Amino acid sequence: MRRLTVGQCAPLVFAGVMALMPLVLRGYPITLLSYVGMAATAALGLVLLTGVGGLTSFGQAAFVGVGAYATAWLTTAEGLSPWLGLLAALAATGALAWLLGMATLRLGGHLLPLSTIAWGLALFFLFGNLDALGRHNGLSDIPPAYLGSFPLRSANAGFYLIWVSLGLAMLACANLLDSRQGRAIRSLRGGSAMAESLGIPTFRLRLAVFVLAGMLAGLSGWQVAHVQRYVSPTAFDVGPGIEYLFMAMLGGAGHIFGAVVGAGLVTIARDELQDILPKLVANSGQLEAVVFGALFIVVLQRARGGLVPVVLRRLPSRVLSPPPDAPPLPRRTQPAAGTMLLAAQGLVKRFGGLAAVNDVSFDLRAGEILGLIGPNGAGKSTTFNLLTGAAAPTAGRIRFMGADITAEPARRIAGRGLARTFQHVRLRPTMSLLENTMLGAHLRGRAGMLRAVLRMDRAEERQLRAEAMRQLRRVGLGDMPHELAGNLPLGRQRVLEVARALAADPVLIVLDEPAAGLRRPEKLALAELLRALRAEGLTILLVEHDMEFVMGLVDRIVVMDFGVKLAEGAPADVRADARVQEAYLGGVA
Amino acid sequence: MSLDLALLLAQDGIANGAIYVLVALGIVLVFLVTRIIFVPFGDLVAYGALTLAAIQAGERPGTIWLVLMLAALAFLVEAVSLLGRGAAHRLPRAALVWLALPALPALVAWALVGRALPDAAQWALTVALILPLGPLLYRIAFRPIADAPVLVLLIVSVVLHFAISGMALVFFGPEGARPRPLINAMFEIGDMVVSAQTLLMLACSALAAAGLWLFFERSLTGRALRATAVNRVGARLMGIRPGVSGGTAFMLASALAVLSGLLIGPVTTLSYDSGFVIGLKSFVGAIIGGLVSYPGAALGALFVGLLESFTAFYDSSFKEVVVFAILVPVLVLRSLVTAKPADDEEEEL
Amino acid sequence: MTALLDVVDLHVSYGRVEAVRGVSLTMEAGRIVTVIGPNGAGKTTLLAALMGLLPSRGSVFHDGADMARLEVEDRVERGICLVPEARELFGDMSVADNLLLGAYRFRRERGFRSKLDDVYARFPRLADRRRQTAGTLSGGERQMLALGRALMMRPRLLMLDEPSLGLAPLIVREIFRIIAGLRELGVSILLVEQNARAALESADYAYVLETGEIGMHGPAAVLLHDARVTATYLGGSV
Repeated sequence: MRRLTVGQCAPLVFAGVMALMPLVLRGYPITLLSYVGMAATAALGLVLLTGVGGLTSFGQAAFVGVGAYATAWLTTAEGLSPWLGLLAALAATGALAWLLGMATLRLGGHLLPLSTIAWGLALFFLFGNLDALGRHNGLSDIPPAYLGSFPLRSANAGFYLIWVSLGLAMLACANLLDSRQGRAIRSLRGGSAMAESLGIPTFRLRLAVFVLAGMLAGLSGWQVAHVQRYVSPTAFDVGPGIEYLFMAMLGGAGHIFGAVVGAGLVTIARDELQDILPKLVANSGQLEAVVFGALFIVVLQRARGGLVPVVLRRLPSRVLSPPPDAPPLPRRTQPAAGTMLLAAQGLVKRFGGLAAVNDVSFDLRAGEILGLIGPNGAGKSTTFNLLTGAAAPTAGRIRFMGADITAEPARRIAGRGLARTFQHVRLRPTMSLLENTMLGAHLRGRAGMLRAVLRMDRAEERQLRAEAMRQLRRVGLGDMPHELAGNLPLGRQRVLEVARALAADPVLIVLDEPAAGLRRPEKLALAELLRALRAEGLTILLVEHDMEFVMGLVDRIVVMDFGVKLAEGAPADVRADARVQEAYLGGVA
Repeated sequence: MSLDLALLLAQDGIANGAIYVLVALGIVLVFLVTRIIFVPFGDLVAYGALTLAAIQAGERPGTIWLVLMLAALAFLVEAVSLLGRGAAHRLPRAALVWLALPALPALVAWALVGRALPDAAQWALTVALILPLGPLLYRIAFRPIADAPVLVLLIVSVVLHFAISGMALVFFGPEGARPRPLINAMFEIGDMVVSAQTLLMLACSALAAAGLWLFFERSLTGRALRATAVNRVGARLMGIRPGVSGGTAFMLASALAVLSGLLIGPVTTLSYDSGFVIGLKSFVGAIIGGLVSYPGAALGALFVGLLESFTAFYDSSFKEVVVFAILVPVLVLRSLVTAKPADDEEEEL
Repeated sequence: MTALLDVVDLHVSYGRVEAVRGVSLTMEAGRIVTVIGPNGAGKTTLLAALMGLLPSRGSVFHDGADMARLEVEDRVERGICLVPEARELFGDMSVADNLLLGAYRFRRERGFRSKLDDVYARFPRLADRRRQTAGTLSGGERQMLALGRALMMRPRLLMLDEPSLGLAPLIVREIFRIIAGLRELGVSILLVEQNARAALESADYAYVLETGEIGMHGPAAVLLHDARVTATYLGGSV
């Protein structure tokens, strides 16, 4: 028999405890727990959006309002069933989130969250001014949901309705996060450059998370409408919006359970405060907002990770075994050695008036290691960005595997079989070595979000996991697949990036200064690994500043200086070149 | 729509916009120096008006307690940070700057309010009470996380609004107040009647915009403040202390806030929570103006005023909806016009 | 005589990665000392820590005074000045404003602007471009502006991080001539460079930094002809 781990037990225990609550508690505590559940459902959306996806919204309450009003209006004015109202609430919030997301998700930095305040307020004022929605009075006498002919009207029925729907939503989110698409979502906070280089469509994923968060708010709104049985605009202002954000961040943005913990603490604390504060001062109507505000600021200043991670750190960590083997994923056929793989012709890149790369051409043939070298500021990194699609050239053409890839986005180039590493290592420090490597194999999986939520992706997931494990072993990191990437020393982080690149099953792997910051033994090991990869037929382009590292390793060298190609040829010839010596040792006479 | 009607609405709109101009200037000022979008700015405006109203009514304004509480808190934060760095010898200076200096006007106000005071003294007391609020809030809420991503600063800023407007309810109660205007006069220009208060507001706004521009372009201190925002590390390497720059910016912001409070208060009734919407509308104006230029912010704020008055003509209940909804297309347009920022943002939050 | 700068067993870490591991070095007043080494050796980290931009363990003495508790701005007040690799200019501000801000610590003294003419005399290119914003300058001009701004600070200890980075040979030569000129004025200079030959030719003493640790050190003239240094920079085989 399979033994359950702590991680699998906790949700079951939690579900069991919640199911027994109405037997233990009566009256007001059950109502209070219902409020916790409704808030947790909305906060769960923010856990996905903010904690996992790295996007912030102050407008979650407005989405709750959209969901609540959608079902409230349809079931009162049109007399539809609350279950149809649920579909309508989800559809309305999903569609609105899609529209707003399409418009605003490309906004950088603080502009996106600011726009959420703006549309949040606009929606709030809209609710309060539409006659059909009862203006400031809202809508009341909303029918309860029916199970067959049984009305879910009592406090206990409402409690179960809320917590069952919340439980299902949590399960779906947990399944999603533990999948190919979920990993991609979790990688978004590492910046789009990394994700796009792995073939992950960052904008589409952000939009998906945004829509998902909106729909969870819609679910919360539906719960509010049919359990509370009335809706009024004040619950959907920016104030409650920031309270949802507080719940998500207090509990621990990024953890499914953080939503419940945060919502529980805030809702129960508010309830207590509303009892105590009026006894202390007059006009205390907003005083709990003051208390929460002060606490929120302390959390933001001192513990941005929230409570759940603090607790998890104190639990004994379980020992995980490496993943079992699985049938291999299909592989690309490598081009025959010596065929033309990549050709750069007359590349030019200008920044303002400055030409960082000026008329650079070179070829790369299958099965060779080419070194692109030059002193700092020679234009190597810019050339690298042009080849990998991180930047578009001002002029010139690039062909890869027979196709013109000039100005193609990095994501598409990755799909053609080019994998890269970064000069300043870009890994997800809070994800394990195995997960980081699995990110590299993103394009080799097919499972979408729905399959993930329904757990129909397990076979493919096992294959991805086994493939990532193979690559980790291949680069010599197979001994600790479940360690967090952030705990590795720099040298091994670089090697992990190589494993991630290999997991994509590339035909060409492009390394940006892989030796920088490595100690001598680490450099030797890396050189050994690259030689072994070449022996397996892989083509490697090495952009490097460290001459010692390059010379013994590569087949050919291209030297750049001041944006132009200075020399090209075998290592020995290049080293003897007087111009190269001048460029490298410095020419101050 | 007839021309007369349009003129009337335009006049109304400019009077409205004048309210937002000063606030928009303050928001741009704080953002330019500290990268903080100071959402509670509108609350300081409300505090200004409500404080003056209380003083005129002969009551001790709650602002006194707020200043004293914040001063104690700020000193505590500063002391903890100094002791943590092993710089105990700086404690007396910290007590002077963060405790004694802000508490002084609070104590004076406590002693004087209730006696017969000339108008000028009442205004001066109001200014002296509001002025420390900006730097104190900055020291307590923002300076400990000055290096945090803009996003975190923004969340703190929004949270801070809810905290201090909640305090305003305790101090001033739920009813609004309207202090006496500085000038009581009406002018007739052609067919239009213009209040002197509106003209005064427009004049002050123009002066403030020009003054800020001069200060930031011409004086070395102004340049140093700007430099802090342009390049924080660079500024530190020149010996410019970002904390001092931030404090100065928030002090200037406080000054602008209390000025707008004194000017706006007599025109529209303000209550404990009206600051938020005023602040956000001004902010919409500042963003329309690009969030980097004072004249741009002033024009943007006037545009918001006009938009409001024309929308209100068609259906007054939707003016808020329109003003806030317009921000989304404005932001989208701006993101299309400005170049895409480099994708080197660190992990946020 | 106490050394102008005395660094003892300095460690600097980013998270769990230790970028500088127990570096000790000493420099006398009026000298040019250089730290050379490959990319990623920890040179920039070392300077940032000396300036107080990064937290570090170990001790740093300036003129015999322990700097452990001094913040960046306090070190600036002591006359320590860093021209960082990223230059850290005020991109949206004019060349003249950038230079004036260099004199920020003398803002209360009368005639703090007078040094401006000095700098313009030394860098005529900057005088031509005084109204242009710093962001529009070329790489060489930006470096001149960074140096000019540093001169406005009247430094006692000037720390230069890769002053030749990305510059054409002619400009590199110019920059190193200026550095030599500064020494004549009595400014002590700590020079970090990957352009090893240029650095060794202008320095009095040199340290070689490799993966966060000091490898060799000695008079610059000796290291210039050391076979190991030459090999590291021109490459042998791994």
